[in-house]
Amino acid sequence: MTRETYINAALTFLLVLVPFWAWSTGQAYILTLCTKVAILALAGVGLNIALGLGGLVSFGHAAFFGIGGYAMGILASHAQVFDPIAEWPILIEGTKSMPVIWLVAMVSSALAALLIGVLSLRTSGVYFIMITLAFGQMLYYFTIGWPAYGGEDGLSIYVRNSFPGLNTLVPVQFLILSYVVLGLALWFSARLARSSFGLALTAARQNADRVETVGIAPFRLRLVAFVISGAITGLAGAMFADLNRFISPTMFSWHTSGEIMIFVILGGVGRLYGPVVGAALYILLEHLLGGVSDYWQIFLGLLLLAVVLFARGGLIGTLAGREVAHG
Amino acid sequence: MVEPLLQTRGISKSFGALKASSDVSLDLRPGEIHALIGPNGAGKSTLIKQIAGNMKPDSGTVHFLGQDVTALDTVARARLGLGRTFQISALAMEFTVLQNAVLGALGARGDVMRFFRPVMKDSALVERAREALERVGLQDHAATRTAELSHGQRRQLEVAVALTLKPRAFLMDEPMAGLGAGGSKRLTGFLDGLRAQAPILLVEHDMDAVFALADRISVLVYGQIIATGTAAEIRTNPEVRRAYLGEEDAA
Repeated sequence: MTRETYINAALTFLLVLVPFWAWSTGQAYILTLCTKVAILALAGVGLNIALGLGGLVSFGHAAFFGIGGYAMGILASHAQVFDPIAEWPILIEGTKSMPVIWLVAMVSSALAALLIGVLSLRTSGVYFIMITLAFGQMLYYFTIGWPAYGGEDGLSIYVRNSFPGLNTLVPVQFLILSYVVLGLALWFSARLARSSFGLALTAARQNADRVETVGIAPFRLRLVAFVISGAITGLAGAMFADLNRFISPTMFSWHTSGEIMIFVILGGVGRLYGPVVGAALYILLEHLLGGVSDYWQIFLGLLLLAVVLFARGGLIGTLAGREVAHG
Repeated sequence: MVEPLLQTRGISKSFGALKASSDVSLDLRPGEIHALIGPNGAGKSTLIKQIAGNMKPDSGTVHFLGQDVTALDTVARARLGLGRTFQISALAMEFTVLQNAVLGALGARGDVMRFFRPVMKDSALVERAREALERVGLQDHAATRTAELSHGQRRQLEVAVALTLKPRAFLMDEPMAGLGAGGSKRLTGFLDGLRAQAPILLVEHDMDAVFALADRISVLVYGQIIATGTAAEIRTNPEVRRAYLGEEDAA
């Protein structure tokens, strides 16, 4: 057991304790905040696979977050007015079922990641950042000009989608659902980091020549990582849309990409719990400082600056020390 | 005559007016160490890159295992069995020594797209990696972070990673660079034994090592091979003395 494992265990405990306390004292608002943390952390877990493991500084993950959101919005909006999405060549109807929506969100954001990845992973460094940003912004302006789903105003979904066996409108039930999904994603990403694929991917981040010389093509590794990363962030987008029962082009904007990246950097790039800590800290600051000043993000900026300058491993890195090679 | 394992046929490469390689024909036969020497700027690195697949020659072909590999990239050539070490250590510095070796073994096995099983618990891979570490004498450092290795140990690890690939031929770019006299001697002894496993195309500045090891030596000057022969032949070749060794004597 390393120090980081203990810290992660303590964080898990805290993440469960807070909503439990909120639930037992009847503070539904806190429950919703915790749900938001879990969903945003999930988006960060997705980005962390590309950024942390693969070293791919994607400034366009809002694209996948937004696609997930719009997958939910489109399916649910058609379902709520009983208007099929397409009648020809086959009948495609909307749905209010979360598992189906999640699947559609993940598949469509994975496909988008495949396309964007194939085009952008031929570049690196600043060019990669700019191309991913450009794709995100392209989708942003596309949705602004797409009146069928609310255009610039976005689109409201009146009733939260359903999950078999749960009443998702009860905050604590939706919270548990989000926690379970986040837990599964964390488990998956921990397994991934230690797998053959993870070893080769992290090696490609450190030294692409090395990986090529042992007969592994870095491009394929990065593309697969980008697709997995996009799919998880897409799932987070669908859940975030469900949390708010609202979608809008903002989900696609570069602010969103930046926020997801901030979660990862604040918590610790490449650290399993980095995005969780980052998202929690972000929401906490927004909640505490947002009440003090509308310009609370100034403080966020200062914090981010401090982390980047003095605590390169993010919060987890500062607490746990250098990453211990798992062997 | 034995069929060469690795061969370049009339490779030329220019950068603008500079001819980095001009009509270079070179071969590597089974069981030999073939050293490539030449003064700085002679085009050794450019030649190595064309053999390894990082760079495409303007004309000429590269053959490996009887196959024209000119169109293949580094990855494909590595998969065919070209084990390369770099002049400047190309290792995953955050990894442990063992992880770097396991990466090599993984590349050799070729099933990298596995997403669940912990790779460091894959006994076949770890075994192969440890075996390679043992051969270069790094077994006691398996758990050390690669960044903490000394320069010489990194060179050893480079060789170990190449070994995990069980390559058909080695391509070594200045493996002795930056080693002390002791380290250089040890590595020389090791490479001496390695040629039986697979021949080595050795680019090296350390003349003691080259003359001790090489079955044949090729001398590259201004992108051209001016002589190929045994150590004794090269030592007495007047053109080589003038172009290369002479310079060193004068210096």
